[in-house]
Amino acid sequence: MTATSDTAPSSDAPPLRVRLKIQRVNPEGTPEHAPGEEYWDEFTVDMHATDRVLDALHKVKWEHDGSLAFRRSCAHGVCGSDAMRINGKNRLACKVLLKDLNLAQPVTVEPIKGLPVEKDLIVDMEPFFASYREIMPFLMPAGETPERERLQTPEERARYEDTTKCILCAACTSSCPVFWTDGQFFGPQAIIGAHRFIFDSRDSGEWDRLEILNDRAGVWKCRTVFNCTDACPRGIQVTEAISEVKKALTTGNV
Amino acid sequence: MTTHEFDVVIVGAGGAGMRAALESSQHTRTAVLTKLYPTRSHTGAAQGGMAAALANVEADNAEWHTFDTVKGGDYLVDQDAAEILCTEAVDAVLDLEKMGLPFNRTDDGRIDQRRFGGHTRDHGKAAVRRACYSADRTGHMILQTLYQQCIKQEVEFFNEYYVLELLLDTDPQKAAPGTPVSVAGVLALELATGEIHTFRAKSVIMATGGSGKVYKTTSNAHTLTGDGMAIAYAAGLPLEDMEFFQFHPTGLAGLGILLSEAARGEGGILRNASGERFMERYAPTIKDLAPRDMVARAMANEVREGRGCGPNKDYVHLDLTHLDPEVIDAKLPDITEFARTYLGVEPHNEPVPVYPTAHYAMGGIPTTVKAEVLRNNTDVVAGLYAAGECACVSVHGANRLGTNSLLDINVFGRRAGIAAAEYAAQAELPPMADDAAASLTSRIERLRETVGTSGESTRVAHIRSALQETMDRNVQVFRTEESLTEAQQDVATLREQYAQVAIHDRGARYNTDLLEAVELGFLLDLSDVIIASALWRTESRGGHYREDFPERNDDTFMVHSMAYPDEHNVKVDTKPVVVTQYQPMERTY
Repeated sequence: MTATSDTAPSSDAPPLRVRLKIQRVNPEGTPEHAPGEEYWDEFTVDMHATDRVLDALHKVKWEHDGSLAFRRSCAHGVCGSDAMRINGKNRLACKVLLKDLNLAQPVTVEPIKGLPVEKDLIVDMEPFFASYREIMPFLMPAGETPERERLQTPEERARYEDTTKCILCAACTSSCPVFWTDGQFFGPQAIIGAHRFIFDSRDSGEWDRLEILNDRAGVWKCRTVFNCTDACPRGIQVTEAISEVKKALTTGNV
Repeated sequence: MTTHEFDVVIVGAGGAGMRAALESSQHTRTAVLTKLYPTRSHTGAAQGGMAAALANVEADNAEWHTFDTVKGGDYLVDQDAAEILCTEAVDAVLDLEKMGLPFNRTDDGRIDQRRFGGHTRDHGKAAVRRACYSADRTGHMILQTLYQQCIKQEVEFFNEYYVLELLLDTDPQKAAPGTPVSVAGVLALELATGEIHTFRAKSVIMATGGSGKVYKTTSNAHTLTGDGMAIAYAAGLPLEDMEFFQFHPTGLAGLGILLSEAARGEGGILRNASGERFMERYAPTIKDLAPRDMVARAMANEVREGRGCGPNKDYVHLDLTHLDPEVIDAKLPDITEFARTYLGVEPHNEPVPVYPTAHYAMGGIPTTVKAEVLRNNTDVVAGLYAAGECACVSVHGANRLGTNSLLDINVFGRRAGIAAAEYAAQAELPPMADDAAASLTSRIERLRETVGTSGESTRVAHIRSALQETMDRNVQVFRTEESLTEAQQDVATLREQYAQVAIHDRGARYNTDLLEAVELGFLLDLSDVIIASALWRTESRGGHYREDFPERNDDTFMVHSMAYPDEHNVKVDTKPVVVTQYQPMERTY
């Protein structure tokens, strides 16, 4: 089979033979598998060196098994749809180049952990978004609304810039061992979602949010494992942001 | 089957849909339906900025912006709509700032502005700094900020509900001109369960975004399949100016991933194989910051005439190597990371291979400046609105200027939300037949049950890639009657195959196989409309360049095209362009 990925550039590079080992579950069952039964499925596809894991999943879906279910949209790492566990690490499938993986072994692909699996690689995102909503992720300014823009210096903006990059993909939260085992924990994303406003000079709701994060489901559950920072496809220093929130709580200074 | 009743139903949760929801949900029961999650919408992929004559960093005003928009659109812009766009731009930006959007700032704390293609000082004298921005992730910030405000306002979302049909109370093509036609609601497929839901509504706002997936090489998301335009067309409504599709000059070569025009706004230069800054020949005054249609054509021409870069001479270079690496990292962090991740190129010291990529549909569902959907040149469909890329107001005419689309979604999304709520406040819920969903339900069931008989040719992926190939080859930057006719024939063949299309997944839950098959049907419908409109327009204007008719012809073609469904054919009619203060001039830069 020759690769004809729809995104591959014209390239004379030899094809890459890729074995994919995908964790699957079908809530309605298949002829071979009972409803809800988890199983591994293997596919071999020929790909280009410039292709990403998402291209390989598409090739499986488009040429081998149309029932394979996964989410994706932008395909270049900005929409946050396709977070999954690739070789045991949380990644966006559209950002992992196949040539950067050890292709002597099968590439394992699993759904992100800690959220209920709906079908194959699709998980229920609602608990994740519910945590985000809970930290009041919107500007709470004080005082009169000015006619023009609120002023903010480049330095003040830089204070919270890193956490504005979040795309809500859940790679961080679903990589957190505390989140896997503790159903109450907000998870790293909600904390950095709060960080983005707590350290915004225009916002005056910081103590409302810090109070929520000081709660038993909040920031003190973090064990500084750094999985979240490794998992973030936007390069956000997640653990550092969480530390800043902890520091604000212990010192009383934002 | 579940039936819901709302005052306002918004289809699509990108910038236009959520901006509309922030207005309509203040006064009316509003539901927002999206086939994704709101934060996955492609507004989030927009990079460079949002235009507004704030004059924060140099002299500027809304009239200059209006002129640039009209000229940039090659005079096919409705000038009353452009005046609104550019006049309301300032408040649109300030509103977002007040909602919390983290714009880049000047040293004294005001919103910073940068240069962008086609935006000029005093009617073309020099490039002007008009684009308000947040690094090269302005769209991301807009999408996040609007979503955050929707959370604050407790907007009701129906995530992963795919709207498949628009319900009107009367067939708009059978209704006599001047007689009332009203919207009644929409039908949607809940992806999690496979259930068809009926949403009855007094007002419906279409805000479904673009249709870039008709092409192979595109900056658009996989999910941008022109759903809103296609279901409006299927309901008997016309589509305006569909021949005008924008090819963004700087897509990553071979991949189509967008590299913002901000790269050139910050000083980046396009070079051909000999290192020549070739835009000096095509646009001597503003060079690399000429409008996108001109730059894309210039690039394609360099490649065609053998001056392309690389082993196959099939791209040009975007050169940022003369810029301060700190400026690149601070102002263009995402796009330079794309170059590193996907092409292994370090923009600090290597030029980036780029080539035009299908980016934006200037055309769409025709609307008034209040975002009301037109069913012909003068009659609106009561209660039906459209905004954003799926709509055609028309503020972009034959070619959109960069940063005017993030502006468009905010200005006309807001207007749609206000108008839809006002209408719903005084309207009755239109009646709907009990069997309104019957034909859709049986169509979906049939699709789910069809077993492939003729192998390869009935696969979704096969038909789709054949469609995208022919559109890329024949309906791209350069077009001729011959190429368009070939594409038309190809699409006809693919339609026959699509009639037999077979999917693998027989299930109800998260049947994304079924979803892709439905999307493909929309792509085929829209391709027909694009091709028919492009065949009809035997002139060259903006993004539509006919090599067999290389001149602009204002005597015959300074009119919008209006494509109507006519049995299985496309009937192309016209609509006058609104001219207020700018008479067409030769378009040089």
